[in-house]
Amino acid sequence: MTRFLTRTRAKGRMDITDILTWVWLILGTAVIAIPIGWAILSSVKPEAEINSFPPTFLPRAAQELVIEGYDKPLPAYSLDEEGGGARLVGLVRRIGLVATVVDPAAPGERFKVEAERLTKQTELHAQWSNYTDPLERFAFMTYLRNSVFVTAVATIMTLLLNSMAAFALSKYRFRGSNTIFVLILSTLMLPLSVIMVPAFMVIVGLNLADNLWGVIFSTVATPTGVFLLRQYMLTIPDDLIEAARVDAASEFRIYWRIILPLSAPALAVLAIFSVIWRWNDFLWPLIVLSSPENYTLQLGLNAFQGQFTVQWHYILAMTVVALLPVTVIFLFLQKYITEGVASTGVK
Amino acid sequence: MSDLSNDQPPHGHTPKGRKLSAMLDRALEHVMAVIEWPFSLLQRVIGLRRMPYVFVLPNMILFGVFVFVPVLLAIAYAFTGGTNLLIWERPFVGFDNFARLLNCGSFLDPASCELDLFWTAVFNTGWYTVFNSAGTLVVALITALVLQRLTRGKTFFRAVFFYPVLLSPVVVALIWKWFLARNGLLNAVFADLMGERVIFMLEVLWSRFWVVYVSIWFHMGFYTLIILAGLQAIPRDIYEAALIDGTSRWRQFWRLTLPLLMPNLLVVLVLLLIRSVQAFDEVWVLSDGGGPGTANTFIVQFIYETAFATDVRLYGLASAASVLMGLGLLLLTLFQLWLAKKVET
Repeated sequence: MTRFLTRTRAKGRMDITDILTWVWLILGTAVIAIPIGWAILSSVKPEAEINSFPPTFLPRAAQELVIEGYDKPLPAYSLDEEGGGARLVGLVRRIGLVATVVDPAAPGERFKVEAERLTKQTELHAQWSNYTDPLERFAFMTYLRNSVFVTAVATIMTLLLNSMAAFALSKYRFRGSNTIFVLILSTLMLPLSVIMVPAFMVIVGLNLADNLWGVIFSTVATPTGVFLLRQYMLTIPDDLIEAARVDAASEFRIYWRIILPLSAPALAVLAIFSVIWRWNDFLWPLIVLSSPENYTLQLGLNAFQGQFTVQWHYILAMTVVALLPVTVIFLFLQKYITEGVASTGVK
Repeated sequence: MSDLSNDQPPHGHTPKGRKLSAMLDRALEHVMAVIEWPFSLLQRVIGLRRMPYVFVLPNMILFGVFVFVPVLLAIAYAFTGGTNLLIWERPFVGFDNFARLLNCGSFLDPASCELDLFWTAVFNTGWYTVFNSAGTLVVALITALVLQRLTRGKTFFRAVFFYPVLLSPVVVALIWKWFLARNGLLNAVFADLMGERVIFMLEVLWSRFWVVYVSIWFHMGFYTLIILAGLQAIPRDIYEAALIDGTSRWRQFWRLTLPLLMPNLLVVLVLLLIRSVQAFDEVWVLSDGGGPGTANTFIVQFIYETAFATDVRLYGLASAASVLMGLGLLLLTLFQLWLAKKVET
């Protein structure tokens, strides 16, 4: 801790601060990666494996043998030979302490052995049905569709409306512009949790309760977006606009043809944030949406995990599905996101 | 939009991709032409000088309907009773809701209050706020200092530490719920070392510990980035001067880095306090609705459940609790402004 601020270091020598730095980095990486990695690994384990303790590290399932003359594959066991060694057999049936097994090398003959000589065989196995089942049998496809719809529509509307407001607030001098800007900024300080009851009443009054549009409309106007875009647009020279006006371009054309293309970097940052906000949003959709066919993925996941019998193999698979889009966005746009956060102080 | 057929094809772009993007361009062109028409018409009618109002209007309508009106309503609701959602059908009850919330034998003992759940939530939130803010600040500061030191791999580790911030609260809660479950990985280690399993989220102290731990794990990367930005803004020649003077690194940290970083750290601390007071999502899912018992029931959960998750929906009481919390947050914000001014001078 004391020496973290060394700027100059002897080349090729590790001193104590270097060691502490790397200990912190590696430990931190492990602390972050292990729970996520564990959830991802577990998401492809079969149900029996999920419920067993102590857990196995890699996803495994009971090995099965396809043996001639048997309709179904037989569970594989390793049989301890009396003279030492072991061989692989398929279990036909088991009654008490006696098991009937068959050797895959000689499918014709069954023989009886003591059950205690058998050990169950497992093999590496990824249970992809954990992913496909919830999408088919439960309503997860609906949740997924709702989430994509809300995220896409709200992001497009946010980009359009916020950039229009930012354009007006950065490129015009008009009465009340400062008041409007301060009003918008003041809502930055105002958390949803303070106004959720009356905000819900407004939703009911507009007949948008239990409606995806209720979630969309109420989150489109963001103070963060207006602020971020306005600051960026202030750097665009006014001469461009004057020149366009001389050419008799309408104000909307100026906004659309000059300001928007030039604001692309700021728009991109806002688009990334907007997608992440909407995809991850929880409390407000929880209040607005009440029937399961309108749930977003987050609400569906929460409802599913709250059920009496917790089906972890499905929950974990759907958790991974919920985490995937954000992860992909981050992998590709990591630089823009971290720089956007550092420069604006929002997330 | 530029005429794409005349451009040099960008590296790696297939002709098919170019055709597609040209098609999208044209489609967008048509859409915008349709939107442009009413705007130009409007401009001809009202004149150029009033156009900025047209541009801010859609945003301001949405702000008004979904933010400004609710703020006023929140205060109005707090003074009404009954279970009807429609404000004009609710009886005015004066300060009754506030009186009920504040009706306590002793403010230090939630059990002596009429609404003991509210006060339990206040105390839980208070302790959580203290531990979460302090913990996150320390971890984020150390991480930022470590990252600042790196010459190689900085971008990579910054990304690693930031990644959890982008996950959804439900996803984070479920990942940890599974990790801490009876059959979870942590219990495998625990059973190995201690001989028995612990059901972490069913024990008061353990569950509180993990709630704070998961919160730090979740949000730490965000604050690390802000502190890192502050560190990068400190001019390097100050350190060079200190080096020439032979200042020890320990002294450097306490005498140079920390004071120069102070304004930044204060912003982080107040942000942390404000966000901790409003904690809900991941805590609620992780602790199965504030459990065990009410050990992790926070204020926002009280408001949410009073208003939306019971048969008798007490909107007035919930609003009164919201207003109290809003006042607390306002005080924190004013405190920040005051501090910021003080640090500056």
